[in-house]
Amino acid sequence: MGTDPSAAPLKTVPLDSFHRHHGAKMVPFAGYEMPVQYKAGIMTEHTHTRTKAGLFDVSHMGQAWLHGKGAAKALERLVPGDIQGLSNGQCRYTMLTNDDGGIIDDLIITKWEDKLFLVVNAARKDVDLPLIEAGTKGDATLEIIDDRALLALQGPMAAHVMHNYAAPAFHLSFMTAAELHINNIACHVTRSGYTGEDGYEISLPIDDAMEIAEMMESEPDVLPVGLGARDTLRLEAGLCLYGHDIDELTSPIEAGLRWTISKRRREEANFPGAARMLAEIADGPSKKRVGILPEGKAPARDGTAIHVPGGDAVGIITSGGFGPSVGGPVAMGYVPADMAEPGTRLELAVRKNMIPATVVKMPFHPHNYHRD
Amino acid sequence: MTTKYSKDHEWIAIEGDIGTVGITEHAQEQLGELVFIEVPDVGATFDQGDEACVVESVKAASEVYSPCTGEIVAVNEELADAPTTVNDNAEGDGWMFKIRIADMAELDDFMDEAAYKKYLKEIDE
Repeated sequence: MGTDPSAAPLKTVPLDSFHRHHGAKMVPFAGYEMPVQYKAGIMTEHTHTRTKAGLFDVSHMGQAWLHGKGAAKALERLVPGDIQGLSNGQCRYTMLTNDDGGIIDDLIITKWEDKLFLVVNAARKDVDLPLIEAGTKGDATLEIIDDRALLALQGPMAAHVMHNYAAPAFHLSFMTAAELHINNIACHVTRSGYTGEDGYEISLPIDDAMEIAEMMESEPDVLPVGLGARDTLRLEAGLCLYGHDIDELTSPIEAGLRWTISKRRREEANFPGAARMLAEIADGPSKKRVGILPEGKAPARDGTAIHVPGGDAVGIITSGGFGPSVGGPVAMGYVPADMAEPGTRLELAVRKNMIPATVVKMPFHPHNYHRD
Repeated sequence: MTTKYSKDHEWIAIEGDIGTVGITEHAQEQLGELVFIEVPDVGATFDQGDEACVVESVKAASEVYSPCTGEIVAVNEELADAPTTVNDNAEGDGWMFKIRIADMAELDDFMDEAAYKKYLKEIDE
């Protein structure tokens, strides 16, 4: 998962000692030593996030400011999302695309008066940030943030926990942000996440991250949660993992992310790969990302071939495993467009067995976002 | 009955020419909570080192190797519905299969309990 054993020595995250103190099992991920799980284990961490609150360290992700009054307009040269239409403090999910309509990365953008706050994937920041800098040159200035950590507090109790520290956070709605003080520390707080649950992502100075993490962890409703459960939570929520479910060859339309492209952007058609994406919107893409429910208990993992029942291989699983809240295996993958209807029967080649499976609507577990 | 251990963290309890095979307490701890176990078919034959079982945690699938050449004479059918039996009692109720040992000499290199415990300490360092 984004790791290359031959690459440079692993970097440590600012909360490294927090992880070890809480019994984390550390693994290489995107060039960093990251906690895959703590003492409680993936299953408990997953369930705890669904029922109470989980605290995640996602400091390996890339954070940056894009300064300038013209930043939103300039960034739209690189992404199909509507950035100019955002109000101050509003967040948006979009993706950097290439001229062939493939996805370079997916990212979250928060709009402020004269700047944008960007969060990109750890394994892609070395690609994304130079691209954004070059692509917005003259109209905006990129400032890479390397002195801040990023925590995520996720789950139905997250808002109650945040209320104790920064009351205004309780009233933020999904995909909005605020500059808030926690223990007199200036934090950039967005009501967003990658679990399907209500929650927050908190950007804060590295020097203060330990204090805040320990404080939140000491809350009775909060358990530290590692990357293992982060993956099962986002899979059940039907959310894409870059490098697996989306990559430089798949288009946002194939990936089912058409909803991220507004009418204005489609009409302007002035983003990289617009020709392919608009053609796919008009004629339908040749393949589509779908949810897949395997029968029985065997997980069908990333790379598993998808067959027509009794017939040829026609697609591939891009994320799959055991869904703790579903209580069985769940997967997503790409199938030909004419096999993408919910209810379509498939077979999955898991080792020597052909496992029957069905195309289903995602998410596998209902989203629990705070919308008002 | 004698029990022997492999460097792959499997155990085999030998009674006559039948060996009962499972993974060790250390192995289940490393894997974490198991969600799926695929046991072999009774009657299947394996060479030493062949993949005999698949155990899957939330995170990943791992193989259990046949400790010796032989024929599968019984499997623990209960693991299909209750894979966490292995987490609860890896070296007892969590056994996976029984194999008719074709050549006892293949198990000569396996460790006894004391040697396995020493091995665990070594790899922990």
